[in-house]
Amino acid sequence: MAIAARDFRELRLDGMSRNFGSVNALKSVDLAVRRGEFIALLGPSGCGKSTALNCLAGLLTLSSGKIWLDSNRIDELKPEDRGFGMVFQNYALFPHMSVRKNIGFGLAMQGLPKADIERKVEEALAIVRLGDQGDKLPGQLSGGQQQRVAIARAIVIEPPLVLMDEPLSNLDAKLRLEMRAEIRRIHELIGSATIYVTHDQEEALSLADRIVVMRAGEVRQVGTPEDLYVRPAHADVAEFMGYRNLLPAKATKAGNLLSLDIGGVALQGTPVEATGGGDVIAAIRPDDFEVSPGGPLPVTVTSAQYHGHDFYCSGRGTDGTEYYFRTRSRVQKGDNVRLGADPARVLVYARAVS
Amino acid sequence: MTGGEIHAPEPVSLRTRLKLHDIDGVTLLVVPAVLFVLALFVYPFAYGFVISFQPLKGDWLENYRKFFSTPFLYDTIAATFWLAIPATLINVGISIPIAMQVRKVRRRRILTTILVIPITLGTVLIAEGLLNYLGPQGWFNRTLGLFGIPSVRLVHNYIGVMLSLILSGFPFAFLLTLSYITGIDPSLEQAASTLGAKPRARFRHILLPLLAQGLAINLCLSFVQTFSVFPSAVLLGAPAGSTRVISIAAYQAAYEQYDNSMASAIAMIMGFCQLAVVGMILGARSFVYRGAAGGGKG
Repeated sequence: MAIAARDFRELRLDGMSRNFGSVNALKSVDLAVRRGEFIALLGPSGCGKSTALNCLAGLLTLSSGKIWLDSNRIDELKPEDRGFGMVFQNYALFPHMSVRKNIGFGLAMQGLPKADIERKVEEALAIVRLGDQGDKLPGQLSGGQQQRVAIARAIVIEPPLVLMDEPLSNLDAKLRLEMRAEIRRIHELIGSATIYVTHDQEEALSLADRIVVMRAGEVRQVGTPEDLYVRPAHADVAEFMGYRNLLPAKATKAGNLLSLDIGGVALQGTPVEATGGGDVIAAIRPDDFEVSPGGPLPVTVTSAQYHGHDFYCSGRGTDGTEYYFRTRSRVQKGDNVRLGADPARVLVYARAVS
Repeated sequence: MTGGEIHAPEPVSLRTRLKLHDIDGVTLLVVPAVLFVLALFVYPFAYGFVISFQPLKGDWLENYRKFFSTPFLYDTIAATFWLAIPATLINVGISIPIAMQVRKVRRRRILTTILVIPITLGTVLIAEGLLNYLGPQGWFNRTLGLFGIPSVRLVHNYIGVMLSLILSGFPFAFLLTLSYITGIDPSLEQAASTLGAKPRARFRHILLPLLAQGLAINLCLSFVQTFSVFPSAVLLGAPAGSTRVISIAAYQAAYEQYDNSMASAIAMIMGFCQLAVVGMILGARSFVYRGAAGGGKG
């Protein structure tokens, strides 16, 4: 019998809120998660994503709202009665127990017979590829190995839901890429729903089936990685998804597009949030700018970093605005270049009231 | 210069070599402390050890022979253990559940301050207070009298000394336990709870094993403190009876019989008893986990 997630159809968050004193860390979050889905909670630090995860795990009580697992209300259950697997940012391995004991802890708490525990622990060790490390203490393992133990410990109890709190943030860049693939593989293998907290948009894009972008305790957008990457719903989501150029502009309607006046430079853009005109924000990814002699936007290069495949550049426009762009052509500090952008890749948003 | 020439390694200065072992000018600051320990601990101890074998009359073992053949003397060992062991276990034992609760309290400093006060007051003041409060004419018994309850004897006996040992020893045990318990990463217990462990199981499988090391040290220190009980045993106890502890015997030998040699012998026996218990506790420590109480790297 292989390790497989307990069956369920849907996890539903219904107005999940949490206050700390007068601070609303989580403002009425609604979300439905199906079995087998990989959900990333993405947002800058302090956006409430870890609070949301701890509320799901039962480590924090809700100020208001409900959590349903199919038809069972679970928000009033203690963490030990929810049966979710959780992977902590610092791994939280029991330092006085061997790897095997750590992984078997949850099964022992369920009162499983010893033989069953041993068999399942072996299986979990094999899944995370730590077959020969079972008798070591956590302190004798490397960071990546500890992370694998933490994952094995969380999945061996066959939870319907696996919660992961920035599990890769303590690993070095190479290991992070490797573990990212591992986490996705294990997720697919056991078939649970995974909720994965991260502040790294690249991690969220590459891992998740759906991404929940959060900011100041609120859900700003829920969508597939492609949705979010190509068409963020708000300017702040765009900023978080790598639209580094957020340019205040004046817009006038021009058919399906908008004509933009960005500090005297004319560009065309696609309306996302603001369909009318007036004061707007134009969001452009650095890689959506093209360096071409006929481009409408003249800039003086202020820095050009060589990144192998291309150059990461910044430049100053005639009015002093800073622009970020990437180009494969060789540019140097002090060069004068002209930039242009496909109107479909210039996204226009309402200007935030603040 | 020819390519194949091999250079002799640069001679490394003594200063550099010492530095590699973390020895430099600052290390000299240890000297006063070492002198202090030698002059005020090692020498008096050795001196006492030697004169304990120079009795006023009889051969060199006479003091020890006398101690272990006189019930009035050797009974003090049992009397002292009978106070010190329960008091230590109570102090350390109670400190665990209280520290577990207190670590979650936000204004920990106020509580800590309140608890430190008995330590700063000293045993004599505590003993005086208890005498007045719990004595036959004290508030406690008068209040009982109001309800028609016959007065209870709480001072000048075993109970009085025990109460004083708890009052003065508990804050110390508590502060030590609190510092050990707050050193345990709270995410370990959270992890255990997500894995289905109820509070009792979390305590038994996570907290207690990680605390064992600190509790051993705490037991040692608390035990040594209570074993050398003197003022409260005299003031609150029955110094001629049930609370005739070993330090009273040593005091009487030194200042009532002016037998310095006998007093030293009793002090040596006392020291040996303490050492035996501390040795036992520290020996048992090798059976428990002794590493860090954190969640590994992170």
